[in-house]
Amino acid sequence: MFADSVAMSRALTSLTLGFHIIFATIGVGVPLMISIAEFLGIKKKDAHYILLARRWTRGFVITVAIGVVTGTAIGLQLSLLWPSFMQIAGNVISLPLFMETFAFFFEAIFLGAYLYTWDRFKKPIYHWLLSIPVIIGSTMSAVFITTVNAFMNAPQGFELVGRTITSIDPIAAILNPATPAKVFHVVTSAYLASAAILAAITAFTILKKKNHPYYKKALKLTMVSTLIFALATAIAGDVSAKYLAEHQPEKLAAYEWHFTTERGADLILFGKLNEENEVEHAIRLPNFLSFLSFGDFNSEVTGLEAFDEELTPPLWIHYLFDGMVTLGLYALGIAMLYLISLRIRRWNEEHPLLLWMIVINGPLAVLAIEFGWILAEVGRQPWILRGYMKVTEAATTSPHVGWMFLLFLGLYIVLGVIGVRVLRKLFQNNPVELELEQRFPHIGKKDDVQ
Amino acid sequence: MSYEMIGIIVLWMFLYGYLIVASVDFGAGFFAFYAKITHNDHIINQLISRYLSPVWEVTNVFFVFFFVGLVGFFPDTAYYYGQTLLIPGSFAIVLLAIRGSFYAFENYGSKKSNIYMFLYGATGLLIPASLSAALTISEGGFIQETEEGVTLLAGELISSPYSWSVVFLAIVSVLYISAAFLSFYANRANDYHALELVRKYALFWSVPTIIASLTTFIALSQHNMEHYQNMIDLWWMFGLSLICFFVAIWLIYRGFYYGLAFVFVMLQFFFAFFGYGAGHLPYLLYPYVTIQEGATHEAMGLALVIAFILGLLLLIPSLYMLMRMFLFDADYVKGKK
Repeated sequence: MFADSVAMSRALTSLTLGFHIIFATIGVGVPLMISIAEFLGIKKKDAHYILLARRWTRGFVITVAIGVVTGTAIGLQLSLLWPSFMQIAGNVISLPLFMETFAFFFEAIFLGAYLYTWDRFKKPIYHWLLSIPVIIGSTMSAVFITTVNAFMNAPQGFELVGRTITSIDPIAAILNPATPAKVFHVVTSAYLASAAILAAITAFTILKKKNHPYYKKALKLTMVSTLIFALATAIAGDVSAKYLAEHQPEKLAAYEWHFTTERGADLILFGKLNEENEVEHAIRLPNFLSFLSFGDFNSEVTGLEAFDEELTPPLWIHYLFDGMVTLGLYALGIAMLYLISLRIRRWNEEHPLLLWMIVINGPLAVLAIEFGWILAEVGRQPWILRGYMKVTEAATTSPHVGWMFLLFLGLYIVLGVIGVRVLRKLFQNNPVELELEQRFPHIGKKDDVQ
Repeated sequence: MSYEMIGIIVLWMFLYGYLIVASVDFGAGFFAFYAKITHNDHIINQLISRYLSPVWEVTNVFFVFFFVGLVGFFPDTAYYYGQTLLIPGSFAIVLLAIRGSFYAFENYGSKKSNIYMFLYGATGLLIPASLSAALTISEGGFIQETEEGVTLLAGELISSPYSWSVVFLAIVSVLYISAAFLSFYANRANDYHALELVRKYALFWSVPTIIASLTTFIALSQHNMEHYQNMIDLWWMFGLSLICFFVAIWLIYRGFYYGLAFVFVMLQFFFAFFGYGAGHLPYLLYPYVTIQEGATHEAMGLALVIAFILGLLLLIPSLYMLMRMFLFDADYVKGKK
């Protein structure tokens, strides 16, 4: 395996992307949360929210740094590990890649400006305005890069004869059938995961017996956001399923262990496959797969038997599919539970059990993102460009990929460990109470206005 | 003008932009570390981090922009360079990753660490060396194409006097450009202690820079006669570069107009870099990829040029704003904001 450059190229790409998407997700979602907090602070004239935005920003910079460097890594690795693929991609899909760097450029410029001008403007709203281009830049770069990935799932806008490409239509390549569902799902889930992570941090701090009004406000803000983004993500997930049913049925069939083409197909939850490829111990929701696919309980859903076995993805992705959906619903449920307990007087919205459930929702949301991406990527196997080019034809022929894998593994371990340590130090040495007193001496511990 | 010509000019401009801003950054990292071990850090480190903190991410994007644009305009380069540059490319990525993240850990994190400073300073010199490998192999003679694909002739690369002179030139010019910029910035901040130090650095590193430029020229004549001849035909560009060098050094030596001096440093590298690039044409990778044959299809080329113009309309005002805020705002530079 170590000598197999295709296997090692896949492993190294998975490693880099798996590490990068944690920080990329935070990079897309957290600026929005920061901006909302600062806006609330300015509108309500409440220093707590302003401080919240400031502190989030400070931690955010550390994660951005790791996101930027790992993003640079994957950008270069695409050419280093998949030279033949990039030759085609360069012809057909370089427009969104190029626009992604513009969006990133735009974000980088305004993030620098945002970070260093907190006290520079007479009117605080001017500073807040700088956060808008940061959000636009980060979200648009997610949008553009996702269209590239969508293209790999539903390539169009060119003709390929051997290794020669003709009749290129750049716009058709970007606006391929997979783009709307993918972009929608990626953006909403990034917002969801970011809100969930910030909520988890807040809940954890409250559990450590901090009951300053600052934390209550932070928890409410992050949990309301979690609910909204979880709902949006659920809708996006449904849109994705309908896209798959129509355009990539072999992927959906593998997600769902749906072997025979039939009307009124059942949805299979959990369970396991035995050696004869029979499903055991599963929960079957009658006719629900048909409903999920086409919005009609009696519609016909294509099964795996309709495809050449060599061209279908591995079946273990079903577990990831279940995992992703369950975790998404967990986020939705926990956010609802929190908001209900805010409304019902007898319930305590800061009950330790509830707080713990919010705490674990943070890492679980990141896990859901990982599951979703593995699902999307492995679900496309064996293709790198579905219907055009297989992964095995695209990889580099260099025999040294294995060593590079070890090099990058070491790098990510170092970055991950030191990054977490730096983040912890950053907040441990500088508690909220102290910073509030230093920065806004007149508000103290009371829940009041500035 | 054909779109591939526009493409290569755009990309070359971005690579030039990266050369300048990254040199400032890389050199500053080295000086910051050097100042620390010679106990001069209180003099210049404040100054350096005041400039670098808001812009380091922008510097990085120049580079990303270049390689994404290169693959976009000239997809064949992805195939040839991708196949051959796995090892030097991977090392460059690792160094860039260590440098970028450790800069953030050091400056935005709470802990001041000597190890972080060392890594930050050392990588600043190793990155230009590893990136220059791409320029070196573009001269041809270092890769081999067979039925199975293309491979790098690592032994040839390591034993070539040309590749070593490029590495040497990359390192010393980084230090020279950076010191010239920091002189301007220190002068702007009225920080005369820092100015005295970085001015000395600039004068010191100017000598090896000009020597390395000449040796690289000579080594190229041994390695790729065609390119060398093209450059000789463009002799006036290198002449202008040399004149700009002397003007810059004279200004720095006399100790006035540091801003103008830095402009001349930029012009010095502008003429040399564009002279080198123009001489290299039509080859992107001698003799495998030319700008005509390696270019993307017309429809995509046009789309990229349009995207590029629209992007610039967005970027130029934003970059101007950033410079107004952090480079030309005297109060910020002096540390009052």
